[in-house]
Parts: sequence; structure tokens; C-alpha cells
Amino acid sequence: MSTQRPETITGAQILVRLLERQGVRTVAGIPGGAILPVYDALSKSTIHHVLARHEQGGGFMAQGMARATGVPAVCMASSGPGATNLLTAIADAKLDSIPLVAITGQVPKPMIGTDAFQEVDTYGLSIPITKHNFLVGSADELLAVIPRAFRIAASGRPGPVLVDIPKDVQNQLVEVSEWPAPGVADQIAAPDADLIASAAAMINSASRPILYLGGGVVHSGAAEAAVALAEKAGLPTVMTLMALGAMPVDHALSLGMLGMHGARCTNLALDECDLLVAVGARFDDRATGKVAGFCPQAKIIHIDIDPSELDKIKTAHVGIAGDVRTVLELLQPAIASPQRQPWLERVAHLKTEHPLRMPGIDDPRTPYGLIRAVASCLDDEATITTDVGQHQMWVAQAYPLRRPRQWLTSGGLGTMGFGMPAAIGAALAEPQRTVVCFSGDGSILMNVQELVTAAEENVNVKIVLMNNSSLGLVFQQQTLFYGERIYASKFKGMPDFIRVAEGFGVPAIDLDKESDPLAALSAALSSRGPMLIHASIAMHEQVLPMVPPGAANKEMIGG
Amino acid sequence: MNSLTTTENQALARAVLELDVNNHAGVMSHVVGLFSRRAYNVEAILVMPVGSGAMSRIWLLVNEDERLEQMVKQVEKLEDVLAVRRHGAEHEVFVRLEEFFV
Ligand SMILES: Cc1ncc(C[n+]2csc(CCOP(=O)(O)OP(=O)(O)O)c2C)c(N)n1
Repeated sequence: MSTQRPETITGAQILVRLLERQGVRTVAGIPGGAILPVYDALSKSTIHHVLARHEQGGGFMAQGMARATGVPAVCMASSGPGATNLLTAIADAKLDSIPLVAITGQVPKPMIGTDAFQEVDTYGLSIPITKHNFLVGSADELLAVIPRAFRIAASGRPGPVLVDIPKDVQNQLVEVSEWPAPGVADQIAAPDADLIASAAAMINSASRPILYLGGGVVHSGAAEAAVALAEKAGLPTVMTLMALGAMPVDHALSLGMLGMHGARCTNLALDECDLLVAVGARFDDRATGKVAGFCPQAKIIHIDIDPSELDKIKTAHVGIAGDVRTVLELLQPAIASPQRQPWLERVAHLKTEHPLRMPGIDDPRTPYGLIRAVASCLDDEATITTDVGQHQMWVAQAYPLRRPRQWLTSGGLGTMGFGMPAAIGAALAEPQRTVVCFSGDGSILMNVQELVTAAEENVNVKIVLMNNSSLGLVFQQQTLFYGERIYASKFKGMPDFIRVAEGFGVPAIDLDKESDPLAALSAALSSRGPMLIHASIAMHEQVLPMVPPGAANKEMIGG
Repeated sequence: MNSLTTTENQALARAVLELDVNNHAGVMSHVVGLFSRRAYNVEAILVMPVGSGAMSRIWLLVNEDERLEQMVKQVEKLEDVLAVRRHGAEHEVFVRLEEFFV
């Protein structure tokens, strides 16, 4: 607490002051009746408010800021439809453990429970999709609730927190003489030293170990420690979708992404391993395939900050609850640089025998070729976001990700419409970077209205629209698993995306019309400001290999 | 469950959970929601404020299946849950209430 001359101010002013003291520089949202006092207070603040055009877009912009930086970010919405529009972005943050503080207006307290205009039970609706939530009862309470919301969002396993503030609480005048300290992440209890010793012994004595990195490695800033451990212990390393970038894909020990669309060599190596060291990973079904068939011969060391993840899907032989970076750093000195030659040779053999096949990699008019062409115009400072579908998986497979937080994708919820607003958020948080959003012709339309926000904010976001005239991933599943009965996945109408973008104030180029697509790409990507880059892709292109839903990972098809 | 004796309770492999929680309007939804979302039936529930009323105690009677361990860990993660203690089905708290359910 810091003491100052007492002031009599409103709840809304208290909120804005607390956000400023918290160091919040940018918030995204849309106003409405029940949050107008907050917006009035915000108008006098140095905080930059980004006016989204749909609350879900605002929520994903805040996510983009939080994912790019690791710092809790803020989105705002009014009561009723404003709040319900925000829910998808909050649920998405929950499943990917993203620190988010969502602030919603609510009808005045005396009207709660009367079916008042634009009243919904935001508190009740958000319980299952937040880490914690608050319905604020008085302006005074804000002094405790707001720092606590930031603390909870950032502490331990991060996640979204919602604060619902009735309008009369926003208008309530109270005297404030002391300001609370900003909310910061709690200290994490030191991990159990005996467990670390047992884990080290298991790693030292294993003959075919694999390191399995999840999104927690990125969240805890443990990428460097993970690479160091892999190098010292000679551990071939797989990453989940969320962990991509934690170890550079071209590192000698990297086996890239595991699971449903992992390379054959990756899933086959996992099938042979005798020790799996899971770090900040949660054995998600897209990563494991049929759990009984996942690493069937392996003992498991599971390291996670969230004790409820240990033994949730697979029982660990050694389960260590703790900050994964701390644990990895403590493990490191206990590793005896074991002899791994036969296993590393076996893995190298699998890699040459069963590599990821990327047909068309040299042709920018194919999915893989386009992704590689984009990558060749950029360096590791660029940030990459995606929407959801085939394009997301192709990028996950083919883009040379080398930096933690370089890769922002909706993993757990798999939300179409994530990519562009998240890219706007990332660009707002780190304006020095080029942010590329790979999208599909289905996904882009789910938050297409944010193109005007991109233009308004003049963010350095390049949208690479891979247009296959279909909901490609659905088309692929119907082709492979529903007897080619293609239904409701082929678009009959197709917007003119160039004119759509230009209509929103975003310049656009059509690679289909460029005689030298590489040169056009390179010019587009080196310009500043938002741009849409349209490229047609053949409808029949598939993401392979693919583990059929419900099958074990080694039963992958194609590739 | 009113007609069940203590021994019958044990035969069904039940457990009694005792939770210390902050006392405010949302706590019950947070706790009960965790169970209902996972289709984990809560057989019986009892809540009373303790001490000054800033805190409450929640007693839950639940089936003891292989998911209970995970349920307890999830309950422990709730911000407003201060402590969770696990008892066997022989715990008296619900047995002594049976007279109100005849
Ligand atoms: C909001 C939402 N609705 C539906 C889905 C189901 N879904 C997953 S991928 C996909 C198709 C995506 O199409 P597009 O964005 O064009 O990408 P493509 O697969 O063609 O690359 C659909 C409908 C989803 N993930 N998210």
C-alpha cells in the first residue's frame, strides 16, 4: 500500500488508476451502456484503448498481447451481449493457460436478477471458463479485487480472470487514501529435491529417453533450460503445438511436433522410447493419440506447475510439481552426460527413413511452398499467428520456428477467428516486429471485421490468406473418414478478398496474379503496416501424416 | 441416501470431503460446478458458516471412483477453497443428519 492525500473518486476511476499502476498500456474492447462510467474514466487516462469491432476480436487482441509478452493483458466489454461475445476468447485463454483480465460492465446491483435490459449472469457463465472470477459488490472492493485479478492471472499456471462490475459500483464515490501494490505472480514453492534426484537418476540410466515439451515451457521462460538439458543429457526432443519455438526446429536433437500431424519419425521414436520426460505438457489427446498406445514401453517423468496435471491422463513414475524452469535448472547439474550413441543413431535413422514429407516445398503456389517462401523473407524476430484448420497444421509442420513466443496459435480450443485479432494484439504489444497471420478462407471471415481495426491502428500485420475455397480440414476429414461424402465444407460463394480487405482500408495483393510470387511476397512482407496477401491453394491438398481420431499415434496414415 | 446405514455407505465406496472456503455468494457454484461439469455425482451436500462468518465449511458426500483423486486436486485449485480434507464414508456428519430425511 502506498499512502497519498485522500481523494474521493468513483469506482470507475479507481479501476482505471489501478490498471495504470499495474503498468497496463493498451486495452482492447467495445463500450456499451453498462460500462460507460469506466470508458469515461478511461478517456482521461494515458492507457491506449483499441476499439475492436466485435468483443471476441477484442478478447483475442488482448490474448495476442499476453501471448507475445507473457504479461497479463486486458479486454473490456459491456453487459449482456458484450459479455457473451467475449466468452469464446476467454475459454480459449483458459485452455491455453493465457493470462488475461477481462473486465465487463454489469447492470446496477439493484437490478441484478430482474431480467433487466442487457442483463446476463456473466459471473455464472464464466465460472467454467475462467481461472477465477469476481462480481464486484462495492467500489472499495476494487482496491483488492483488481490487483488480485492480475495476481491470479499471472500466478502458477496462468489463465483468464473475469471481473464483472455493476454500473452503480462504477459510479460509486469512495475516499481512497491508500493504493494497493500492483498484483504480481506468487512465488512458487521449491520443488522436492528427492524427486529431482530420482528424475536425474532415471534420465542417466535410460537407454532410449525422449524429452517432451509443452506450452508450460514457453509460459515459464524455460526454453533455454530445456534446450540445455536436452544437450547435456542427449535427449531427442518433441514439442506439442503449444511448445513450438521452444527448441529451434533445426536443432540436431529436435524431432519437431508430435501427435496427430507430427512426422512419422517423431511418433515412431516415441513408440520406441523407454523414458518420456514430459515438461509443462498435459498429455493432450491431439498429442498422445490413443493414450494406451502412447509411449507404451516408457517410464514417465512428469514436471508441471499444476499438480492436478500429474497423473491426470498418464500415471507418472516420478511426478514433480513446480516451476518447470526451476526444475530443469536443478536437474541439469545432476545429469551425467550419458552415452547415448545407439539411441541417437536410431533416431537419426528414423529421421532419414521417415522424415516429414513436404511436397511442393519449392513451389510457392503449394501450401508448404508458400509457407517456406514467407519464412524465407523473414527472420526469427517475426511473430507468427494462425487461424485454425489445415493451414494451421501446415504452418506448424513447415515454418522454421526458433524462438519461444514466436508462435501464437489457438491450441486447446482450436478457435477459428483467433489469428487476425491475435496478430493485431501481438503487433500492438511489440510494434517493432513483423507479425504474420496465416489464415484460411473459412477462418478469416470469423473475425474479418477486425481488418478495419488493423487499418485504424496501422499495425504491422501481414495476413497470408490460404484460400482453398473450403473448410479444408473438414473437407479432409470427410474425404478420409466419411467415404468422401463432402457436405457443408465446400464454399459455393466466394468473397473477393482483395476488395474485402481494401474496403476495410487494408491494402492487398493477390499472389495468383503475380508472375513472380516470391518477389511480390518479399516486397509485401518488407513494407510496414497491415496487408492482406491472398494465395489460392488446391482444394484436395491434405495435411499428412494424420493419426485417425481415436487411433494410436503409430497408426498414422499418409506422409 | 437416507435409508443407507454406515456399513452400506462403505460398501458403495463413498468418501466425505470437508472443504474450508471463503463465504460469499459464488463459492457454492464454483465447487458444485466442478463436479457437475465432469458428471461426477455429489450425493449429499451441507454448508454452514464457521466462526465470524467470513468462512464456511462445505461437506460433500461423493462416490469414490478412480476420478476422485483428480476431483480433489481440481477442488484444491479453486481460489476460494482454503483447505480440503478427505474422510472415509464412516464419517458421522451425514449419518447424524439422517433423522431429517426420514
Ligand atoms: C469457431 C470454430 N468453428 C468450427 C470449427 C471446426 N473447424 C475446424 S477446422 C475448420 C475449417 C477451417 O477452414 P479454413 O479456415 O478455411 O482453413 P483450412 O482448413 O481450409 O486451411 C472448421 C470448420 C472450429 N475449429 N472453430
